[in-house]
Amino acid sequence: MSAAFSFNRIVAIGLWVVGGGTALFLIAPILAIIPLSFNAEPFFTYPMPGLSLRWYNEFFSSEVWKLALRNSIIVAVFATLLSTVLGTLAAIGLSQSDCPARATLTAILISPMIVPVVVAAVGIYYAFAAVGLLNSLTGLVLAHTVLGAPFVVVTVTAALSGFDQNLMRAAASLGAGPVEAVLRVMLPLIAPGVASGALFAFVTSFDEVVVALFIAGSEERTLPRQMWSGVRETLSPTIAAVAALLIVFSTLFLATIQWLQGRAELQKTHREE
Amino acid sequence: MAITLSDEVVRNAIDTAALTRRLRGLRRRSRIKALLLVAPLMLFLLSVFVLPIGLLLTRSVDNSDVSLALPNTATALSSWSSEHAPDEPLFAALAADLKASSRERVAEAAKRLNNYESGIRSSLLKTARTIRKAEAPYQPAFVEADPRWATPERWAALKQAMPRLTDFYLLAALDLQRDEMGRITGVAPENAVHLDVLIRTFVVSISVTLSCVLLGYPLAALMARSTGWVANTLLILVLLPFWTSLLVRTSAWVVLLQSRGIVNSALIWLGLLDPTQPLELIYNRAGVLIAMTHILLPFMVLPIYSVMKTIPPVYMRAASSLGAPPSSVFWRVYLPMSMPGVSAGGLLVFILALGYYITPALVGGPRDQMVSYFIAYYANQVTNWGMAAALSAILLVAVLVLYALYNRLIGIDRLRIG
Repeated sequence: MSAAFSFNRIVAIGLWVVGGGTALFLIAPILAIIPLSFNAEPFFTYPMPGLSLRWYNEFFSSEVWKLALRNSIIVAVFATLLSTVLGTLAAIGLSQSDCPARATLTAILISPMIVPVVVAAVGIYYAFAAVGLLNSLTGLVLAHTVLGAPFVVVTVTAALSGFDQNLMRAAASLGAGPVEAVLRVMLPLIAPGVASGALFAFVTSFDEVVVALFIAGSEERTLPRQMWSGVRETLSPTIAAVAALLIVFSTLFLATIQWLQGRAELQKTHREE
Repeated sequence: MAITLSDEVVRNAIDTAALTRRLRGLRRRSRIKALLLVAPLMLFLLSVFVLPIGLLLTRSVDNSDVSLALPNTATALSSWSSEHAPDEPLFAALAADLKASSRERVAEAAKRLNNYESGIRSSLLKTARTIRKAEAPYQPAFVEADPRWATPERWAALKQAMPRLTDFYLLAALDLQRDEMGRITGVAPENAVHLDVLIRTFVVSISVTLSCVLLGYPLAALMARSTGWVANTLLILVLLPFWTSLLVRTSAWVVLLQSRGIVNSALIWLGLLDPTQPLELIYNRAGVLIAMTHILLPFMVLPIYSVMKTIPPVYMRAASSLGAPPSSVFWRVYLPMSMPGVSAGGLLVFILALGYYITPALVGGPRDQMVSYFIAYYANQVTNWGMAAALSAILLVAVLVLYALYNRLIGIDRLRIG
């Protein structure tokens, strides 16, 4: 018994060392880059000679970075709108009990998550060149919608799996038309799922660089596209400042997603009670 | 009135055939409704995603450049065989084509022909310039421009390039080619680069998957047995990198792994490293493996964790109470029950790693670039659509086969995010 007990101790300590070490490995690079963005000197080494906000100043006063930020936000907002509407409709269709060939349809709709993004980017580049959609924000919005919509399909399908379809029958028997029933009964209940899907779509677009590399011209450069050039050409601490800003941004996103999922869980338990 | 109504009700109730028909009609309507809801996204996806990739892939077998530019030559060559010396009708046909086709078309065809005989490109372009001004008979003018036109080998190369479809690019993607007799052989060693890239892509992806399993399994186990704030903190430590931009994480590694970066400084400060000889951690394989493992690790940890959470601890207690030593409790109870998570995470990480482009491009050296890099290179830098499409086809087939396997083993509906 005491041998087993000490063995369990060893396992627990081992788990803490390896698992805890891995957790540190995951978070350390993200935390380490933030202080470097306040470095007074253009180096990436500790200890830092002094603190300053010069790299943030550089970011916010640079026309190139400002344009990139603006483009990223415009493209992400429109791509999110499109993919949320299309993805939610498709997920509602897929969740109908009479939907034919559901597995095949789902596999096709989700395939942009799986197909290597370079293959998609080269294909889109090839096709967009033929129809004149290269070097345009419209082209970028369309391509990002393709990449973001599967996330909406997945999250809304998951939300609908917990949705009681009898509520739609109840709404219909009370005289609601199908559109009214969706808008006033279904959507409010699956709203957290739709919102998480929209957030995923936004982040997918906001973070996307490969398609942007192919189809965006210098006027349509997005934030990740500009970071790519920054890392490849002149590695300046401005990159660290942009990275730090984006880390703050993704922390906010994570918090929102957790909150939304918490709400969805809460709704589920309420219903089951 | 009342009687006829009840009559009808009775008749309807009995008429099950009519009822089945109505039911079938209703079901058909609701099926159409479901499809109509799916249709907008499906049509959008078909036109902006599936069709573009399909069009790209046709370029891997498309060879119409030559026969479109030289239609008369194609016809003339169809009745010619390489045992015969080239005769005047052949020269006249090629001359007619060179005069009729636009310069761009001829240039495209010449570029394509170079795949069949090196040096034919400049020869054809030079010949085209003189032939445009020449008169019949054409044979002397051709031979004067380049004596190779008198050899059957030159015309055999042209004939080989005439079919509308070619397996040239797909073979080239595997470092194979067809010789003059049409047999498949290996390409010259100095040109054999693609197989090496494909093997490298596979080796890097497997290594990343294995290191993700080795690091991710203990972390997932730790998360599954923790409770309260410890469990929450660990989950956040996994989810925050997952939500952080890929480019942010990659650039963080570029900064940290520099020869005078934080990792080296820390090792020197700890006295583990000679300050004059920092470790080479970036622009090589080590950098690629470190950064890709870091970026893909959450995709491994989350599926394993979600499976481990569902394993009831009583199973392990039952096994120990039946006399199993702790090691067999792990090997024979816990590990088999957590395997679905390992295979789900492993397949996902492997599929994603196969297509990686950004991270190897930024932290790897020239010898660490994976197949995606070469697809981008052929499409963007040298505009060789045939090669870009052939490599895309190979990568796509590999990924789709694994995707089907994932679907079969785990189920696509289990693909959860966040």
